[in-house]
Amino acid sequence: MTNARWVLLLATLALSCVAGLVIGPVPIGVGDVMRALTGNGDAQTVAIVRDLRLTRVCLAMITGVGLGMSGAALQGTLRNALAEPYLLGVSGGAAVGAVLAVVAGLTAAVALPVAAFTGAAAAVALVLVIARVASGRADPRVLLMAGVVVGAFANAAIMVLLAGAGEGTLRNALWWMMGSVSGADWASVRWLALYAVAAGTLLVAVARDIDLLALGEDAAAGLGVRVSSATRRIFLLSALLAAVTVAGAGLVGFVGLVVPALARALGMRRAREVLVASAVLGAALVVFADVVARTVRAPAELPLGAITALVGVPFFLVRLRRAA
Amino acid sequence: MITIADAVVRYPGAHRNALDGASFEARPGCVTAVVGPNGSGKSTVVRALIGQVALAAGSARVGAFDVATADRRALARTLAVVTQREEPTFPLPARDYVMLGRYPHHGAWSALGPADVAVAEAAAERAGASDLMARRTDELSGGEWQRVRLARALAQGGDVLVLDEPGTFLDVAHEMAAFELLDELAREGRTVMLVSHQLNLVARYAAHIVLLHHGRVAAAGTPADVMRGDVLEPVYDWPLVVARDPAVGAPVLIPLKRR
Repeated sequence: MTNARWVLLLATLALSCVAGLVIGPVPIGVGDVMRALTGNGDAQTVAIVRDLRLTRVCLAMITGVGLGMSGAALQGTLRNALAEPYLLGVSGGAAVGAVLAVVAGLTAAVALPVAAFTGAAAAVALVLVIARVASGRADPRVLLMAGVVVGAFANAAIMVLLAGAGEGTLRNALWWMMGSVSGADWASVRWLALYAVAAGTLLVAVARDIDLLALGEDAAAGLGVRVSSATRRIFLLSALLAAVTVAGAGLVGFVGLVVPALARALGMRRAREVLVASAVLGAALVVFADVVARTVRAPAELPLGAITALVGVPFFLVRLRRAA
Repeated sequence: MITIADAVVRYPGAHRNALDGASFEARPGCVTAVVGPNGSGKSTVVRALIGQVALAAGSARVGAFDVATADRRALARTLAVVTQREEPTFPLPARDYVMLGRYPHHGAWSALGPADVAVAEAAAERAGASDLMARRTDELSGGEWQRVRLARALAQGGDVLVLDEPGTFLDVAHEMAAFELLDELAREGRTVMLVSHQLNLVARYAAHIVLLHHGRVAAAGTPADVMRGDVLEPVYDWPLVVARDPAVGAPVLIPLKRR
């Protein structure tokens, strides 16, 4: 039963990758795609498959892994099934950091995630402080409101930062704020993958703390968790994962909300299982969403964030009803 | 063994100390009850023992550990706490919940094994929760949940047990069964400390009662020492008498009606 679930998850991911590589404006058969992946076939096909579609699939996977794991960790630690980096304003904070870096001319593939992480960490701290001041304890609904407020503030800050930018930059930035993996290139994919794998592994290492924190702070403390330092560690790792996705693909919402819920619906219970399943499912979901984004109105592309929001918002409303 | 010495706790923004120089002990082999009115500092004692509030002065010791400096997981292998309220955010099978009690025995990467399962099953058996193991935590009644939580605490394997209001949500039979079990666990040599509002029930099971008032120990000793009108009345600030139950001979606190 347990193995069957994992096989299902991995098969879904494999299917999404095949779809991501095969479907596109230039029709290329599955066989040609497979040959092109190993460098065989005509040069144009190889270039399309390896440099356009594969980078795109990789960036979409990294984005899904980051958002899925970040959402899973935040939900357990904050004891809130509605928590996710986008709704909590963490992604917005990361975007401010990234835009600041771009405006300052720091666009190196290694530096952008760091700048985004700084913004994301600041947003996490701000959201928690606002929620605590407003309600004493971290009330789930107040926490979400604080997240929305911080997210709105982040949007405003980005607008101010971009006010002096040229039209080309503005158009790019706008596209990026709606989420997209169309700008994927190997240099950034490599760095983002490195950050995502490092932060994801560290989160899996503290998964037992997440299990215990989901019982409540006092119960976790009674079971050997140093609550404040463990919470801080998990928040920072979640912020780093969210920042990686923002640096690579801009603002993509609701993946972090939907994916952990799906993992739990599949019967995953322990935080470690939920985290790993969320990584796999998140990757598959974002790759599929990107396929949809570039095919439904081809040759035009829809923003990736719009697709995930169209799926995520109804889902959020259902969860909200259940939580209330 | 639990030793609280001259403990002072002040919550940020509070106008007085939650614990104000309290000193008392809970010894192995018997049930120690910490009682007192609302806000007397009972729950603060529990939170101090798990390191959730820092002591501004004094010390809290559990066995060989000083709570302020102890390794948290090592402490959790000695001291198990059943807090007043606890609810898993995401429901899980009771069996998995009881296994959480084994986490303090493992590092991040070491897997829980058959030995842990055996301990958890024995703990469930002991707490009368064996038949609940297949159920989900959100399907349990208040009393069932309380038994499953006790099973989790026993699965931690320590010899010091602290329970905050263990009788809450329990009907008479389950409440009595819970106190009988705690008494039995203490007689086997464990240190059992419980925090409770239920003075009458506590007086029948506890060998040692600590009465807290405004964060200080107002009285401590055997039930006969503490269950006295002249001791309890000023603390609870309500007229009351202590009678002796004609059926079982236990001291019984009876608050008086004003009219």
